[in-house]
Amino acid sequence: MKIGKIIPLFFVLSVLFFYIEPLDAGAIRIRCASTTSTQNSGFFDYLLPKFEKKNGIKVDIIAVGTGQALEIGKRGDVDLVIVHSKEDEIRMVREGYFVERFNIMYNDFIILGPSDDPAGIKGLKTAPNAFRKIAASGKSFMSRGDNSGTHKTELKIWQEAKIDPREKRWYIEVGQGMENTLRVADQKRGYTLTDRGTWLSTKDRNRFNMEILVEGDPLLFNQYGIMAVNPSKHPHTKYREAKVFIDWIVSPAGQKAIADFKDRQGNAIFIPNAK
Amino acid sequence: METIFSGFLKAIGLLISFDKELYGIILLSLIISGGAVIIATFLGLPLGIITGLKKFFGRDFLATLLNTFMGLPPVVVGLTVYLILSRSGPLGFMDLIYTPYAMVIAQVILATPIIAALSHSTVVAIDPIIRDTARTLGATSSQIAWTIIQESRYSLVTSVIAGFGRITAEVGAVLIVGGNIAGYTRVMTTTIALETSKGEFGVAIALGIILILISFLINSMLHAIRKKGIR
Repeated sequence: MKIGKIIPLFFVLSVLFFYIEPLDAGAIRIRCASTTSTQNSGFFDYLLPKFEKKNGIKVDIIAVGTGQALEIGKRGDVDLVIVHSKEDEIRMVREGYFVERFNIMYNDFIILGPSDDPAGIKGLKTAPNAFRKIAASGKSFMSRGDNSGTHKTELKIWQEAKIDPREKRWYIEVGQGMENTLRVADQKRGYTLTDRGTWLSTKDRNRFNMEILVEGDPLLFNQYGIMAVNPSKHPHTKYREAKVFIDWIVSPAGQKAIADFKDRQGNAIFIPNAK
Repeated sequence: METIFSGFLKAIGLLISFDKELYGIILLSLIISGGAVIIATFLGLPLGIITGLKKFFGRDFLATLLNTFMGLPPVVVGLTVYLILSRSGPLGFMDLIYTPYAMVIAQVILATPIIAALSHSTVVAIDPIIRDTARTLGATSSQIAWTIIQESRYSLVTSVIAGFGRITAEVGAVLIVGGNIAGYTRVMTTTIALETSKGEFGVAIALGIILILISFLINSMLHAIRKKGIR
């Protein structure tokens, strides 16, 4: 094989390289940062085609934790965000990073644990009580540990319970997405906090040996919001197109599409509440 | 055990049915890594050959630097490229973040030092007799350089292929700068990471098989080239 024979190979590759261009062309693309929990439940695969077909706008989802989603929104790397950390969202709108925040849907957080419930938290009415009991039992607790919306809620509950779990031996920071954290909790027979959507949409395919032990505490309410990046801070963002998407998702058509997204047993994963 | 088996069956099904999405992902990976390795070759080969052949101030330092950068952690490269290309970063105006081009840039940064360092050690290792013979035959210094490049051409190709092998298998950097957007910046390795996190092991295993096949092909080529070189 002579060096000369490699040149045609390079040529072919170079031609292929320009194939990226057509992938880029076509519809207007907007970028939306969102959470791993919404992506893993298959929510966007279900929802986006309904919007894209009608409006000719393609929505690219970048699935990260809520903390990172807000951060890349602040930096202007995306056009809008769908996240679940209401207090942070309202604060960042006030700081001028985002234009206006809309509620779009909610579900709730639940505390999961092994079916035989060695810490005995089943049926407790409040989340902080359950956390206190888990801490006292010394059974392991899996935390997302990634600044996500779920992680922030979990830390709020520890605060309410007046326990500082960090550096405790039973407190395990997984540092990964929701489904991976559930898998670790299942394998290690520990407790964890998750949103009901992820639980419903992933429990069957993973055959988890866990069950819902605590639910219904108002602290466990999980509100999702949508907001566009402020175009006066980042003039390059596609505010107009992002607003078209936001208007659709809070419209009766978008809200109905959310309500119709169900798991295999027909349970709704999110409940629309844009008003 | 059951998961592994059913995942494997699903993988074979996807592969032989020419699943459009799966092959789209494979094609995109090859285009991105192929483009990156072309650019990295044009940068890395001259860099490696010149530091190997020419004597200049700081040459040893540069060679050490190249060898250090061979082992650059991909996530660090990803983070750095992200911060530079981010809309709030110094090159944000180019609007490259979360595009295939950003992924190419990250891969070029990963592959160039590998190609440069390997080609450097190749030309350095060429038998000094060749150099001396060329000189006694009255060759000019550029003719000597060309003779050495001719003599080491097989190993030089090897260094390019090694660079390609590294970047096709890489996940950390392309995930950060590409964002793993479906149908746009989703490549084999990022799909494997995502599908595994979703518990969809079939797709992950299918792509794993492809990656291993590519690696096998690359190594077969390497082996064949080396054999030719020895002969």
